[in-house]
Amino acid sequence: MMLSPRTGGLAALAFVVSLAPAFFPNAYFYDVAVNALFNAVVCVGLNLLIGYGGQISLGHAGFFALGAYGSAILTGTHGMSPLAALAVSAAAVGVLAFVVGRPILRLKGHYLAMATLGIGIIIHIVLKTESQITGGPDGIGVDPFTVLGLAVSGDKAWYWVGAGLLLFSVWTSLNLIDSPMGRALRAVHGSEVGAEVVGVDTGRYKVLVFTLSAVFASVVGSLFAHKNGFITPDIGSFFRSIELVTMVVLGGMASTFGAVVGAVILTLLPQMLASFEDYEAMVLGGIMMGTMIFMPKGLLPSLRAAFKRRRAAP
Amino acid sequence: MFAEFLQYVFAGLTSGAIYALAGLGFAIIYNASHVINFAQGEFIMIGGMSTATMVAAGIPLPVAAAAAVLVTMLVGVALEKFAVEPAKGADVTAIIIITIGASIFLRGAAQIIWDKEFHALPAFSGETPIAVLGATLMPQSVWVVGVSMVVIAALWWFFNRTLFGKAMLATSFNRLAAQLVGIGVKKVLMVSFALSAMLGAVGGIVMTPITFTNYEAGIMLGLKGFSAAVLGGLGNGLGAIVGGLVVGIAEALASGYLSSAYKDAIAFVIILFVLFFMPSGLFGKKGTDRV
Amino acid sequence: MWIRKLAGAALATVGAIGLGTAAVAAEPVKIGAFLSATGPASFLGEPEKKTLEMYVERLNKDGGVLGRKIELVVYDDGGAPDKAATFAKRLIQNDGVDLIIGGSTTGTSMAAIKVVEPAGVPFISLAGGIDIIDPVKKWVFKTPHTDRMAAEKVFADMKKRGLTKIAMISEDAGFGKSGHAQSLLVAPSYGIEIVADETYSPKDPDVTAQLTKIKNTAGVQAVFNFGFGQGPAVVTKNFKQLGFTVPLYQSHGVASKDFIKLAGDAAEGVRLPAAGLVVAEQLAAADPQKPVVTAFKKEYETAFKSDVSTFAGHAYDGLQMALAAIKRANSTDKAKVRDEIEKTSGYVGTGGVVSMSATDHMGLNLSAFHMVEIQKGDWKLAD
Repeated sequence: MMLSPRTGGLAALAFVVSLAPAFFPNAYFYDVAVNALFNAVVCVGLNLLIGYGGQISLGHAGFFALGAYGSAILTGTHGMSPLAALAVSAAAVGVLAFVVGRPILRLKGHYLAMATLGIGIIIHIVLKTESQITGGPDGIGVDPFTVLGLAVSGDKAWYWVGAGLLLFSVWTSLNLIDSPMGRALRAVHGSEVGAEVVGVDTGRYKVLVFTLSAVFASVVGSLFAHKNGFITPDIGSFFRSIELVTMVVLGGMASTFGAVVGAVILTLLPQMLASFEDYEAMVLGGIMMGTMIFMPKGLLPSLRAAFKRRRAAP
Repeated sequence: MFAEFLQYVFAGLTSGAIYALAGLGFAIIYNASHVINFAQGEFIMIGGMSTATMVAAGIPLPVAAAAAVLVTMLVGVALEKFAVEPAKGADVTAIIIITIGASIFLRGAAQIIWDKEFHALPAFSGETPIAVLGATLMPQSVWVVGVSMVVIAALWWFFNRTLFGKAMLATSFNRLAAQLVGIGVKKVLMVSFALSAMLGAVGGIVMTPITFTNYEAGIMLGLKGFSAAVLGGLGNGLGAIVGGLVVGIAEALASGYLSSAYKDAIAFVIILFVLFFMPSGLFGKKGTDRV
Repeated sequence: MWIRKLAGAALATVGAIGLGTAAVAAEPVKIGAFLSATGPASFLGEPEKKTLEMYVERLNKDGGVLGRKIELVVYDDGGAPDKAATFAKRLIQNDGVDLIIGGSTTGTSMAAIKVVEPAGVPFISLAGGIDIIDPVKKWVFKTPHTDRMAAEKVFADMKKRGLTKIAMISEDAGFGKSGHAQSLLVAPSYGIEIVADETYSPKDPDVTAQLTKIKNTAGVQAVFNFGFGQGPAVVTKNFKQLGFTVPLYQSHGVASKDFIKLAGDAAEGVRLPAAGLVVAEQLAAADPQKPVVTAFKKEYETAFKSDVSTFAGHAYDGLQMALAAIKRANSTDKAKVRDEIEKTSGYVGTGGVVSMSATDHMGLNLSAFHMVEIQKGDWKLAD
C-alpha cells in the first residue's frame, strides 16, 4: 500500500505525536516536548526559506522574539486579548519582514547572511535595552493564553496545541511546495538567473517566503510566551538563530519532515546532556560541522538516499 | 569638551585596532578560499586565554605570548584541514554552518580546557595613565595600536615582497590561473588560515590587559571584525583595517554622545547601511558572478 | 514511510532514556540546586556549587539527616534566567526534589520564583535583590543581605566621611538594576544627593564612555557601583585608568578575591559592605559570628586551596538552615519544612545572626554587615 509521501508522512507524524505522551513518565517531559513541537513549527517555516528558497537567515530568532514580546506587552500592559495580540504581533512582524526583506534579499551568499545576522542582533539588543517596555535583560512575565474565557494552562494542554499547530504547518508547507509558488521557489533555488530567464519574479517570491517564515516564527513566539509565562531577550539571541538554522540543516534542507526531525533532535539534545553541559557546546558544534561535511543534504534526505540505494540493489 | 571627545577617540582607536586585525584575518581567509571564517573571533579568544593561563602559571610574558600565537596558528590550520577542506565545493550555506559550528566547538573546548572564569593579564608596561590634552590614555592602548601597526606592516611586506606572499595574492585574484602557473593552492589555503589565526591571537594578547578574556570573548569580537571586513569590502585588506577603525571609533562616539546601551548595535547598523547602499563596501570592486 | 514512524518512536524512546525515569525513591533527602557556575556570575556560582557539594558529601559520611542520605542535584544555568526557570521546573517535576537552594543571581532567582511558588516547593535563594523576599512570598527565602542594606551601609559610611554628592554607575539588569532602584529610594534619608547616574550592561568590556560622562559632571565626591562579577572589575579598572581621585564604593556583589584578582591594583582603596566571613580574623573576639566564620573559612580554604568568599558562605548558610528545618520538622514534607524554615531563629551563620518570621524571609539586619576596604589586595575592616 503506497500512500503518497504527503498523506503518508502526515499520518505517520500524527500517529507518533499522539502516541508519544504515553512514554512521558512525568510532567517535565511534556514541557520539553512542547518546546520541541514549537521549534519544529518554526523550522518548518524556516525550511521553506532555506531549503526551498535557497536563502539563509541567521537572525530568525529575532522574529520569534518579536512575536513573543509583542504578545507579552500587548496582553500585559495594554490588556489586549491573547488571540488579538498574537494576530497583531504576527502582522507587525510580517510587515517588518516584508519591508526589510526587499533590500536584503537582493543580496547573496555571505552578504545576505550578514544582513540577516545584523537584523537579528539589532532586534536582540533593542529588546535588551528598552527595559521600560520590555523589562530588559531580566525578562517580563506573560499572562496565560485565554480564548473566550477558557485558559490554556498546563503543559499537557499546550502539548496538544503544539501538536495541532505542527500538523497544520506541515500540511501547509507540503501544499505550498507543490503550488505555483513552491515551484517558483525551487526554480530560484536551483538557479536564480535561470528562473528569471524563464520569467519567474524571483524578487517577489523570495520576499514572500521570507515574510511567511517570519510570520511562522512570530506566531510560535507568541504562543511560547504564553506557555512559558516568562520570557527574556535571549530567546532572540544569535545563538538561538544558529540553533534554528542547524535544526533545519541537520534534519534536511528542502525536507519538511526533515525540519521536524532536526528540531526534535536538537531540542532533546541539551536535555540529555544537561548533566554533561560542559560538553554540550562541543557536541553541538561537532554536530554542525559533521553534518555539513558528511551529510550536506541533512539527515533525512541522506537516510532516504541510503535506503533507496539498498532497495535498488538486487 | 575636546577632552571628552579625545577620550572617546582613544577608546575607539583601541577597540578599532582589534577589529582591524580581526577584519584583516577575515579578509585573508576570504581571499584564499571564499570562506567567511566565523571562528575568527575564537582565534582572538584562544590567543588571550592561552597567554593569560600560561602567565598565571609563571611563564614569562614574551614566551607565553609566542607560545600562544603558535598554539592558535595550529588551531587555525587544524580548522582548515578538518573542517574546511573536507567541505570543498559545498554551497555557501553549508560552509557558513561549518565555520559557525567550528566556533561553537572551539568555545566549548575552551570551557573544558581552561575554565569558565574571567582572566586578566598584567599590562605590558604598567597602568599609569598618560595625560594627553585633558584626556587619559592607557599605555596598553599604545601597545595595541603599535603592535597592530607593526603586524600589518609585516604582512604588507610579506604579501608584496616575498614570493609566497605574492603567490597568495595571485590565488586570490584568480585561483584557476594560479593553479595553472604551479602555485600550490592547498598550501596557500593552509597558510592563510595560519596567518589569520596569528592576527587574531596577537589582537587577543594585546587586548586582554585592557578588557578581560573568557571563553565567550570571541563572539562579539568576531562579529564586529566581520562587519569591519564587510565595511571595507570583503577581501580588501586595507579596507578591513580602515573598516575596523571606523567601526571602533563610531562605536565609541555613539556610546559617548548618544547612548552607551546601544554600543554593540552600532557595528551592525553600519553593516546594514553598507550592505543596502554600498554592497561592495568602501573599497571593494563590484563582483561578477558567472551564470 | 515506515522509517519515519520508526524514527519517531525511536526518538521518543531515546528521549525517555535520556531524561531518565523520574526518581520516586522515598529514602534520600533530595536537595536541588540551580547555580550560575559558568557565565558572568561564575565567581558567585562556582564557590556555591563547591560548598554545597563538599558539605553534602561530608554530612552523608556522618550519616546524613534524619537517618537518610542527602542527594544533591545541581544544574548550571550560566546566569541565564530562562535556563534557571527550566532547571527549576526540571528539579521539581523530573527529579522530584524536596527543597531547592540556588539562584546565584537576582535575575535567575526571580525567574525561578515563578515556577517554585505555584509548585509549592521551599526555595532558599542565594541572591541579593530585595524583590526576592519583599513582598514576602510563601515559599521563598534568602540568605544574603539585600541590596537595600548594601546601599544603606554605603550611604552611612559616605555620610560619616562627609561625601554627600555622589555619582552612581550600575548594571542595567538583575541585582545592579534592583540595587540602583533601592539606592535612589534610601539616599535622601542619609542626606545623599545623586548628581550623575549611568548604567552599563553586565557583559560590557569597557565603560570609559559612562565614566567620562561622570568625570565631566561637577561636584562628584564619590562614585557608587552596583553590580557583580566581571562588570564591577571593568568599572574599577576604567575608574583608575581615567584618573579619578574620589573614592569608589562597591556593593557586596564583589565580596570575593576573584574581584581583587581581576581588578588588580585598581581595587586598592575601594570600599564595600561585606559579611563578616571575609574578615574573620579581624572580628572582635566577643562577636558571636567569629567561631562560625573562622571554622568555615578554614574548612573551605583547606579543601579548595582558594580564598573563601561570601558567596560560598551564602550557600553554606542556606544548606545549614534547610537541614536544621528538616530536622525540626522531622520529615521532608514540603509544607512542614517551609514552616520550620520560617521559624529559624538565632542561627549564627557566615552572613550574620538569622532570625526569620512570617514577614521577614531573610532574617538579617545591618549589624551583620561590615564596611571593609581593600588594602594591599586584602580585606581590611573599616567599620
